[in-house]
Amino acid sequence: MQVLAYLVAGYLVLVGAYGIVRSRHLVHAVVCLSISQSGTYVLLLAVGYQHSASAPVFGSTTRPNRHVVDPVVQAMTLTDIVVSATVTALLLALSVQINKRHGTVDPDELIALRG
Amino acid sequence: MIGVAHDPWMPLLVALPATVACLLALCDRALPRRVVDVVAMLTVLGVTTGSVALLIGAGNGRSLTWLGGWHPKDGVGVGIAFVADPLSAGLCVLIGSLATCALLYSWHYVARGGTHFHALMLFFVAGMLGFVLSADLFDMIVFFELMGAAAYALTGIHIEDETAVEGGLNFGLVNSLGAYLSLTGLALLYARAGQLGLPQLGRLLPEHRVDVLVVVAFVLVLAGFLVKGALVPFHFWLADAHAVAPAPVCVMFSGVMVELGLYGAARISLVAFGGVLSEDTLRRTFVVLGLVTALLGAVMCLGQRHLKRLLAFSTIAHMGLFTIGFAALRADALTGVVLYVAGHAAVKAALFLLAGVLLDRHQSVDEGQLRGLGRGRWGEAALFFTAALGLAGLPPFGSGLGKAITEDGAALSFGHWVPALFVLVSALTGGSVLRFASHTYLGIGDRGEPETKAESPEDEEAESGAPRHTPATMTTSIVGLVAAGIVIGVLPGIRGFASAAAQRLLDTDGYASQLLDGGPATPLRHDPAAAWTGTGILLGIVAIALALAVAAAGLWQERLPWLRLGHPVMRRLHRLHTGHIGDYVAWLFAGLAALVLLVGLART
Repeated sequence: MQVLAYLVAGYLVLVGAYGIVRSRHLVHAVVCLSISQSGTYVLLLAVGYQHSASAPVFGSTTRPNRHVVDPVVQAMTLTDIVVSATVTALLLALSVQINKRHGTVDPDELIALRG
Repeated sequence: MIGVAHDPWMPLLVALPATVACLLALCDRALPRRVVDVVAMLTVLGVTTGSVALLIGAGNGRSLTWLGGWHPKDGVGVGIAFVADPLSAGLCVLIGSLATCALLYSWHYVARGGTHFHALMLFFVAGMLGFVLSADLFDMIVFFELMGAAAYALTGIHIEDETAVEGGLNFGLVNSLGAYLSLTGLALLYARAGQLGLPQLGRLLPEHRVDVLVVVAFVLVLAGFLVKGALVPFHFWLADAHAVAPAPVCVMFSGVMVELGLYGAARISLVAFGGVLSEDTLRRTFVVLGLVTALLGAVMCLGQRHLKRLLAFSTIAHMGLFTIGFAALRADALTGVVLYVAGHAAVKAALFLLAGVLLDRHQSVDEGQLRGLGRGRWGEAALFFTAALGLAGLPPFGSGLGKAITEDGAALSFGHWVPALFVLVSALTGGSVLRFASHTYLGIGDRGEPETKAESPEDEEAESGAPRHTPATMTTSIVGLVAAGIVIGVLPGIRGFASAAAQRLLDTDGYASQLLDGGPATPLRHDPAAAWTGTGILLGIVAIALALAVAAAGLWQERLPWLRLGHPVMRRLHRLHTGHIGDYVAWLFAGLAALVLLVGLART
């Protein structure tokens, strides 16, 4: 089970990057970046996973001495998601502006910065 | 003996600009422009003062604080530490000073549009300060992304300019991808060690086998920082971003943000990986990166006609030199790098601001279009030429002193090709800037082929209604930067501080024991090498002479037909810089694969 999660994580990171390389549309490229990043979520959560452990919330049913999954990676994943939302929004806004100014969002046709 | 000074006020340095930035963003358009200027200026002045206090408080040792009071017990801790040693506190001072100059300059520069510019600048400053002070890998990456997000937005702040938004997007995509790869590496490290503090990692990693996982994690963690540090082949975004960003933003980018990439890579390699990767491995890995970067940057710089792209490639070339200096892993070479970075920041910032002045006046920074247009502006010309000579390492500039000490120290690790390379790169980059200055301000040299518009990048639109004469605030910040460039080279106290900074960076055992066990600081040695030497001055003068020769050859290249022999190579290199995001990402992965091989081979 664990191995599968690691494979999925690696696949997501790489397939996202490959998507950016082959992208013909900037929105597609930005979404590919998000896909690449979701690989890091899977990886982080897989690192903290423990078999038959419960969520790291202690209360009347879960005593502090019980096995729980690692809460640190979950906190990191949450932080990661917040950062990703900011960056994705910013990049999408820039893509909209590029469409307004250039009339195209195909990286192959954006040649203003060549050389 | 110096103990650990606890400084609970340190997080305030990050919180202050971030809070003011939020308030400014909230009050968008409700405040008059001058109030915004004054508030932002007071904030960065406060940050600079606080950084100086931090630097003095740290002295030759370290001061630290565990956020939220989560102290480690028996060397184990889950808390996050902020550490100020002479290097990190010195970088804070550099960030604050450059931000002050940039805001002073933009008093008249960025004329339109609410409080966005100031708020983003303050966020950018907050992100950078948090990044240098943090001693925790995850925190470093989060602050890294914060400064990244602010930087992407600042690059594309003139949203009506088509190239600015494109440059901002390229910058954002490549840098974010780099940061996510760092995060992947971080997850692997966490899986191995279960801790993310740099000193904790440094202690826990050697307890396990050194295998492929460690090498891959090392390269992945470094990915984001190498992209930010614009080391070849991760450098493509830098020229695009610098060509389109407003001049005061370029000052922050070239002056300190790019250097922070190397700082992050250096700190992490030494503290976290020092126990698992041998000094020789690090040395070989970084010297190859530095060498390729320095050469490619210098050659590309020579071929540029667009001033801001030219300066951007000069920054890449200098990053290569800094990396070689770091790769030596010697206190003397690192002392030189610290001085070099500070001296380079001052003159490079002055040059970018002068580029901004030219762009403001002529709506172009193309060498062909500006030919002779600067005639009669002697004050501006004098500043431009002085800064260009400073970039080439003219004694007594700080960049010259830093270059001399770095090449001396690195030669002891790598051999005598190092000084030759430093002189060559200084001559090529300095010569390119001198050529531009002579064309523009003296109007001498060949006319050159007329510029074809489609080939060269458009510049950001100049401000409408900008004053024809250069306002006093702009001149003041340029003069101040050039003067600072000289002061860094002349003042002996700065050398002592640079030496302390270098020794503290290399003192990784002391770092871990002070943070985790509350141990005493290791005593510092007095470093007599940190001074002007006869050879250093001589090599500086050789570099200047060569730079003048390079400039002359560039000015009258039509009379030197043999120069054309180099054109096919130049054309091929230029064609690699496609401005295409897919290509940049492909290069990023090719570079990472090469780096894994390089580290793997260097280990055996």
